[in-house]
Amino acid sequence: MTEIAPGHDCETCPAHAQLEQMGVAMSGWDHLVALAGNPNTGKSSVFNALTGLRQHVGNWTGKTVARAEGGYTLAGVRYKLVDLPGTYSLLSASQDEEIARDFLLFGRPDCTVVVVDATALERNLNLVLQVLEITDRVVVCVNLMDEAERKGIEVDVRSLSRDLGVPAVPTVARSGEGLGQLVQTVADVISGEVQTKPLRAAPPPEVQAAVDELIPMIESLAPGLPNARWVAMRLLDGDHRVRQALISGELAGIEGLQAAPTEDHSNLISIQGSQ
Amino acid sequence: MSEAALDPQSVLDRADQLRRGLGEDVRDRIVSSLYQRAQSLSDRSVQSGGKQKWDFDQRIDRIVTSRLFGLPIMVAILAAVFWLTILGANVPSQMLATSLFWVEDVCATWFDSMGSPWWLTGFVWHGVWRGLAWVISVMLPPMAIFFPVFTILEDLGYLPRVAFNLDWLFRRSGAHGKQALTMAMGFGCNAAGVIATRVIDSPRERLIAILTNNFVPCNGRYPTLIMLAVIFVAAAFPPWIASFAAAASVVGIVLLGVAFTLGVSWALSRTVLEGEASAFTLELPPYRRPSILRILYTSLIDRTLFVLWRAILTAAPAGALIWILANIDVGGISLAQHAVNLFEPFGYALGLDGVIILAYVIAIPANEIVVPTMLMAYLGTGMMTDVTDYDQIRTILVDQHGWTMLTAISLMLFSLLHNPCATTILTIWKETHSAKWTTLGALMPLVIAFIVCFLVATVWRAVV
Repeated sequence: MTEIAPGHDCETCPAHAQLEQMGVAMSGWDHLVALAGNPNTGKSSVFNALTGLRQHVGNWTGKTVARAEGGYTLAGVRYKLVDLPGTYSLLSASQDEEIARDFLLFGRPDCTVVVVDATALERNLNLVLQVLEITDRVVVCVNLMDEAERKGIEVDVRSLSRDLGVPAVPTVARSGEGLGQLVQTVADVISGEVQTKPLRAAPPPEVQAAVDELIPMIESLAPGLPNARWVAMRLLDGDHRVRQALISGELAGIEGLQAAPTEDHSNLISIQGSQ
Repeated sequence: MSEAALDPQSVLDRADQLRRGLGEDVRDRIVSSLYQRAQSLSDRSVQSGGKQKWDFDQRIDRIVTSRLFGLPIMVAILAAVFWLTILGANVPSQMLATSLFWVEDVCATWFDSMGSPWWLTGFVWHGVWRGLAWVISVMLPPMAIFFPVFTILEDLGYLPRVAFNLDWLFRRSGAHGKQALTMAMGFGCNAAGVIATRVIDSPRERLIAILTNNFVPCNGRYPTLIMLAVIFVAAAFPPWIASFAAAASVVGIVLLGVAFTLGVSWALSRTVLEGEASAFTLELPPYRRPSILRILYTSLIDRTLFVLWRAILTAAPAGALIWILANIDVGGISLAQHAVNLFEPFGYALGLDGVIILAYVIAIPANEIVVPTMLMAYLGTGMMTDVTDYDQIRTILVDQHGWTMLTAISLMLFSLLHNPCATTILTIWKETHSAKWTTLGALMPLVIAFIVCFLVATVWRAVV
């Protein structure tokens, strides 16, 4: 285990002294964090900087084809980080999208970091909005801030965060800038210190009526499901995977409390306590 | 848990009913409302000022992806990479060979003086160790140059531009444009190239990419190509131009491999894998400054040492096997000689010889050990020649074992086209889970190599 010290931002940040990269050497973990994002936004760079692993980062779309796992420790709490394949949406058109979506749905991460490209925010926000439909606990990592600056693009991260209802953190993952703040924000969202109120865009009015009718039915099948609204929308879209999950009872197994790993019982209690 | 009166099926039925009521374009409406939302959010938080950097990237792209200059620039970059590799690898290769063979001599002498039996000394030092020494000195220097240079191109963002330039060629072959990316990954290692085909969504086009990945020479095959280029091609040119000629001939072979990739893709998409090329969007990422330290780390540790380690694992047993074959006599001649005699007519028909075929049989686990195996088989037993540079290799091949220009050309072609190594075959199996496609992936290139080499040898002998 080595001390992380990439970039200047980290050194001044209080999290710096407590952040340790864990690589893959994890005997157990307290919280599960998923890393989602469009292809080629620097997700793998964020992953490498936090875990100290050196997954190859290439400058082309589709470089990360499977999901990678690693870990870090912050203030004595162990986080397991899962790097999902880069996708433009979660509508399950391709294998990559299905892997990413299944993990967000059934992997029950305690927090999801969506890495977005500051130079192409509009396209990247499509994915953010879809992730917000599935899970409450989201932190948006606005990466490639340096490239945006070079291109003369200014991103108002605070206003974005206000609009989305979840924290947004500006970063330059390649140099490590902002990553200290990112891990601290993730910790705060998990502990409940930062409350999220994700934006859930209203669908077109005629769809809204159908959604409203389905939500109670879905909730009675899967009590405590955190994203019945999203499931309803997917059913109206005829999504095969979601239909299947409803029939098989997989969805019913997802409880509102995005639970911690079952093998770590003491931790489960501590999370429930902090809610 | 609540005792729900509802069962899942009835919920689905109701959802289907509602969906039909909403009309065909629900999905479009949901998606477009999402896009509108994203746009308005982005408008609120993004201030876009000058666009100088965009213009700069676009200006470069206009040149490197232009119809006129795109392909020539690509070939020039490829040539430069090989030229650097050939030029830079020569001296370190010789130094490594000199020192590793010196260790062999010293240790063998020491073993002898300790009274170790001749077969133990021979097996350990002239078998296992010599195999290792060859692989390390032949492979390490070219890889240590090629991989970092290749990784720099990857990090710069040049690979998607390559895909962009080659898209129309692949499309006409009925293959996916992203196959250019997986092909590029195959330059490092075909097994990696096969795994990279996951970026292709259509199963038909993905299979084409998997089955044809072998036609770009992987890192394990460059040493063979480079050695032949230096010994046979460069030797025909004056010294100041020799390294350029060698690089040009390797580029020629690589381009031939690309031509085979396209041709075989075309044939597959009109026969067993019939279908049209699917459309896709290719993102041209911004050019990014590669971070040199990370590149050195990934390319040297993850790639070079990884591949070298794999080569070492196969070279040690191969060296041992060759030594045993060369030292067990049956009916007055060694087992190796028996095998060589057996393969000789077949090898001759392909423009090769029995030793080369034997080397390829032994090298099925890894292509890297073809040249070392061949040289060990030629050198036979007990010959303590220190073969440390290309001139000496040339003497062995041409003067002692009758190699001609035809042998060199046939071997280059065979090296380019023959069956993938065992690791790649295993990867094809893991990716396709199909005995049929794995068998085709292994045998199709081999048959093509046989046919091409046979035709070339026959025509050459008739003409020259």
